Amino acid sequence: MKKAMALRQIFVAATLTAGVLGGAHAQDASADAIAKYREMLADGNPAELFEMKGEELWKQKRGPKKASLEQCDLGKGPGVIDGALLELPKYFADTGRIQDLETRLITCMETLQGFNGEELLNTSYGKDESKNMIALVTYIATASKGKRFNVSQAHEQERNMYEVGKRLFFMRSGPHDFSCATCHGQDGKRIRLQDLPNLTTNPGDGVGFAAWPAYRVSNGQLWTMQKRLNDCYRQQRFPEPKFGSDATLALSIYMGVNAKGAESAIPALKR
Amino acid sequence: MKKINLALIPAAVVFLAACSASPSGGGYDKMTADVVKSSFKAKGIATLDRLNQDEANRLCSAAEVAGKPLDEAATKAIEAASMKTVKWPTDGKYLGDWKAGEKVAQSGKGLSWSDKADRDNGGNCYNCHQITKEEISFGTIGPSLYNYGKLRGVTDPNSAAGMEIVKYTWGKMWNARATNACSLMPRFGHNDILDEGQIKDVMALLLDPASPVNK
Repeated sequence: MKKAMALRQIFVAATLTAGVLGGAHAQDASADAIAKYREMLADGNPAELFEMKGEELWKQKRGPKKASLEQCDLGKGPGVIDGALLELPKYFADTGRIQDLETRLITCMETLQGFNGEELLNTSYGKDESKNMIALVTYIATASKGKRFNVSQAHEQERNMYEVGKRLFFMRSGPHDFSCATCHGQDGKRIRLQDLPNLTTNPGDGVGFAAWPAYRVSNGQLWTMQKRLNDCYRQQRFPEPKFGSDATLALSIYMGVNAKGAESAIPALKR
Repeated sequence: MKKINLALIPAAVVFLAACSASPSGGGYDKMTADVVKSSFKAKGIATLDRLNQDEANRLCSAAEVAGKPLDEAATKAIEAASMKTVKWPTDGKYLGDWKAGEKVAQSGKGLSWSDKADRDNGGNCYNCHQITKEEISFGTIGPSLYNYGKLRGVTDPNSAAGMEIVKYTWGKMWNARATNACSLMPRFGHNDILDEGQIKDVMALLLDPASPVNK
């Protein structure tokens, strides 16, 4: 992690340098600095540490049943992680519901390893077993890097959830009247200097839905899609979405279907 | 879904059955309401009542889902009702201190579940607007406000000539929907995000000829 820290300092310095130049030129310089920083990190993305840990956890015999996750069915058959993320969330016949990578993983940890699924759902992000889940998500997601999203609309529940997700996306509420669309409903907009993908359509390869999970340089954390949505709702001034709740799944289906064909940049680097 | 023998039931019932098999807009709205109800929990100061949309939010959201602009009658009704909520300054003074206004414009603090309940909210202005020339880290969701007063010919905000723009700007900040039914801008006064003094300070940032905005 020392390398990550050193690079973070370079990043901050570059941003500050850009800050004193003034005007549009400085914005270009800042964007350049960020691009350069990403390039430097590409050889040693700290997400690789999470990926390595995740691979170990996938194969390790754990939980009350002392079993590995190698027979976990993420939608493409038992043990198949290649491309699994690109088709999630989707409807699973065995649980009779829509699941994303994180909630499906909990099902596997419950059925194969004997963990308490309810407890896993309620573990604070980044604490205890959640730490392991973040690593597992990173490992599984990385097996989809460079491939294209293809979230299903074949099942009725998947189509219903798309429509619900769309309505949630545009739902203005709270003290600031914000919806997801306030920031992510138009092309070419920014918050401060941060570019905002338009998530009502396919925003392009490796951005928006296709960029998560991602390593966040500003806080040194690996963020999954569930965590990304949680923090969006915090900034929207909404109450907290429960981990794995239908609202988070519906929004993921909405964004995932809209991003059909977008190439996964996983695990991406974010500011 | 149960299989239904279509020949044995009247047309109206067939129509209803078809609706439930493939929900109409109303069916999806109901599903969405149920999902909202089951998916959130209160955290810190962000309580569940924040999920209750008022009529303006409900109508603007529905128009966006439909992908159509809000119809004219609803637009006018929201604007008229919003205009009535605007509270004008109690002492008749519209402008405060532009330096304090710059601080309010810079701050994005307040009202999320990770914020405290104390009155220390920011205006989030730079998140969406260019304001002074000096601050280069600005967003673009809203229009540039650089030279706001100057471009509108406000040379003396206390004069009768400047009053129309001054009052328009106050109304915009108190309740943006008074002049734009489905504005993306928070209703700073109406929703008690900023207090009267803070709004006066941001008014000065935009309209005081001495403010860097108008240089």
